[in-house]
Amino acid sequence: MPRPGFVLEVDRSTPPILFWRGENFSLEKLPAGRSRVIYPPEPLEALSDIDGAIRNALLNPIDQDPLATQLFPGMKLTIAFDDVSLPLPKMTRPDVRQRVIEAVLDTAAAAGVDDVHIIAALGLHRRMHEYELRHALGDRIYDAFHTRGMLYQHDAEDHDNLTVIGTTDEGEVLEINKRAADSDLVVYVNINSVAMDGGWKSITTGLASYRCLSFHHNPETLQNTKSLMGHRHQSALHTSVWRLGKVLKDHGPKIFQIETTLNTDMFPSPFEFINKREWEWTAKDRATFLGTTKSLNRTPIKLARKIFHGIEGPHQMTSVQAGETEAVHKITLEHVHRQQLMEVHGQTDILTLGIPFVSPYNPDGVMNPILVMCMGLGYLFNMYRNKPLVREGGVVIMTHPCYRDFNPVHHPSYIDFFEQVLSDTTDPAEMSRKWEKQYAEDEWYRHLYRTGNAYHGVHPFYAWYWGAHGLQHAGKVIIVGGDPPTVRRLGFTPASTMDDAFEIASDVVGRSPTITHLHVPALLIADVQ
Amino acid sequence: MSRLVFSRKPARFALARVAGSIMPGAGASFGPLAVEPDELLPLPTPDWVRLRPRLAGICGSDLAMIDGTASAYFDPLVSYPFTPGHEVVADVLNADGSAGRRVALVPVLSCVTRGIDPLCPACATGQINLCERVAFGHLEPGLQSGFCSDTGGGWSHEMIAHPSQLVDVPADLSDEAAVLIEPTACAAHAAARYTGDETVILGAGTLGLLTLAAITARSTDRRGPIVVTARYAEQKRLAKELGADVVCASDELPRWVRSASKSLMVGDQLTCGARHVIDCVGSTESMQQALQVVAPGGEVQLVGMPSNVSLELTSLWHREVAIRGCYAYSHADFQTAIDIIRHHDLARLLSATYALDDYTDAIAHAASAGRRGAVKIAFDMRGK
Repeated sequence: MPRPGFVLEVDRSTPPILFWRGENFSLEKLPAGRSRVIYPPEPLEALSDIDGAIRNALLNPIDQDPLATQLFPGMKLTIAFDDVSLPLPKMTRPDVRQRVIEAVLDTAAAAGVDDVHIIAALGLHRRMHEYELRHALGDRIYDAFHTRGMLYQHDAEDHDNLTVIGTTDEGEVLEINKRAADSDLVVYVNINSVAMDGGWKSITTGLASYRCLSFHHNPETLQNTKSLMGHRHQSALHTSVWRLGKVLKDHGPKIFQIETTLNTDMFPSPFEFINKREWEWTAKDRATFLGTTKSLNRTPIKLARKIFHGIEGPHQMTSVQAGETEAVHKITLEHVHRQQLMEVHGQTDILTLGIPFVSPYNPDGVMNPILVMCMGLGYLFNMYRNKPLVREGGVVIMTHPCYRDFNPVHHPSYIDFFEQVLSDTTDPAEMSRKWEKQYAEDEWYRHLYRTGNAYHGVHPFYAWYWGAHGLQHAGKVIIVGGDPPTVRRLGFTPASTMDDAFEIASDVVGRSPTITHLHVPALLIADVQ
Repeated sequence: MSRLVFSRKPARFALARVAGSIMPGAGASFGPLAVEPDELLPLPTPDWVRLRPRLAGICGSDLAMIDGTASAYFDPLVSYPFTPGHEVVADVLNADGSAGRRVALVPVLSCVTRGIDPLCPACATGQINLCERVAFGHLEPGLQSGFCSDTGGGWSHEMIAHPSQLVDVPADLSDEAAVLIEPTACAAHAAARYTGDETVILGAGTLGLLTLAAITARSTDRRGPIVVTARYAEQKRLAKELGADVVCASDELPRWVRSASKSLMVGDQLTCGARHVIDCVGSTESMQQALQVVAPGGEVQLVGMPSNVSLELTSLWHREVAIRGCYAYSHADFQTAIDIIRHHDLARLLSATYALDDYTDAIAHAASAGRRGAVKIAFDMRGK
């Protein structure tokens, strides 16, 4: 029986706590008597018969007819799937998407459907490499569909293949992939890694155009997204997406939504120590930790990245449900909460976050400084319901080398963003006014997004906006172990050690602040009371 | 009374070259530059006058000479021994030795100063910087005062000059401002080719900053951004202050120009670029970068003095890029320079002054000016 989440009050006997530092780790001693560590719930048991559960979901959908009865010869069927940004790390084969899509294709074949297109729902993310598509979908699907041009990736800049579905009462234009819009049925295959995913967000972002995304991926909306992972009424982003979802439901193609949830068993041997609570480390865990960190200290960064990005997580499916989007998503969220939600009492003066080597936007790439900000203030800061873990005006301390390093293939506009935009302003609203249009319409970025493996030119803005609420909420952000000039360019304060960071933070929160550490990698939603 | 003298001593010259390659400016300690007593130079013709320098700047070309990196091209264009110093503000000495009018020196030794008549075609049109007779006439070779054994130079307490070389310094201009007139005239000459299109200035040393100042002081029609590369924080601050739209490190430049010119890329080469690139460095690296970021059909203007460089010129051929030298000035540029100095209050660019006896410190400071947060270093002869 997996144990629920646990809040450890740090005392003098508490061992040092594990922090991620990019492609390495550190152990940090937190002050006794005023620190706590939030450990996520342990991974739930996976479904014992995953393929059976998938078949069952297709046969017994929620608020819709079985998939087989919605399929007919001569119809246009489009299968869209979540891209490489999740799960993290990538899961061991077979990927959930492969299992679900194979089941859908079997059903379609049995119904005589032969006009089937499979589309990676990238939104403005980078195109997946062939090896990533093969990993997500399996060689059988890739070989059968890609060579015939029936497996491809959404292009938010291909205006000949985008179509406007309609406009919300607030004037937001829903413009999505034309093939999907013209289909008799769109089957969306999702992996709901975190609570903000899924529902109407799947299609209205994954298959949308830049114009459509810009209605909610902007500083104002994200500053007003007071709980990205929590209650939807506190999220301006989701309110906007749900408005677009209504337009999709009323005027768009018929949608068969398939959502899946995974457990949080993310790291295999020899990295199991990452998932464990430190006082439960065995001698072997301690030896592995020491060996790993000392080796990584001597390992060239490129090799260290290769090692970490090569990790395949053992996480497995805990639920699959299909049918009408909203009804399905409601159940999906229950499963996400069953795995990730835990109650935490009271806010803290200082929130500490270990930033890992990967975020949703750098699979098999470099965790560049903008993504460090996005991961810290955009994702980990937002892993709460009700109210943030850190009080308004409190301090966020992250640990990461924060090197000035970028993957020029994946993140070309990020490099320019770092050099041009961040040297001018770190204010999301100001950068949106002054710079966003130039990046969004840059022909070179557009070319690299459409033909290479680059994130869209505007994507670094979105990564920055993702942290807009955290930026507004925190009184100070400190990065321990970060390259000082790079950290300063982000508008944050560098510190050499955790003790230095606490000293720096005392300017804002006084000499005896309360400290809360969010123990990652495992995912959790802190239901802050 | 003393002066600095640069002599033809090949062994010392070689030593300076080695020392300068290890520590820029170290050629002053090991090379053929030395302090000597002032000597009374004969006047070539009765109309020449004697000057008592007040301040005399240290230029990049002086540093190249001292560290032994100047091109052999100049060998026939200088005469030894000579007293360096061509950025000069001085008093004209009256017959009784008292100080008369305060002047800035136009150091180019053109046909008029050399007693050549008729004037060469360039001098006849006022383009003294293109004079064809800089090694002829009644003076020893020397393209400028400060490189000619007959005229002396500003790094002394006395030199001589032809009246055509003198520009009166307005009373409202301090000596500190006036010593910048000559390099600012160079910048004004360079800035005359500014078109208002996207422009890149490579380097934010004295010449880069002054060229920027010359452009922004006089040009109101700016259709494209002016992008300046700068290495040090103070250079970046000054470049911003003097009106650059973008100031960046040189490794960031291609990306800035790419986005400013809405360019695509083919390999490392921009498909478009800046119409006008002003290279105020003159190194292989800066010139290669200039060719990387200049637009097809555009122009690279060499304002910084280059020496032996090795360049990949295929893109120049393919994209019909022009490389154009930019040397010195005409007399008119000196009047322009005075306006520019006033407009931007450029006296602040003079960072430090030294007595002649402290010349090794002065040269070392000038050679590492950027790193030390300085711009222009000069000798100050007013105290003695």
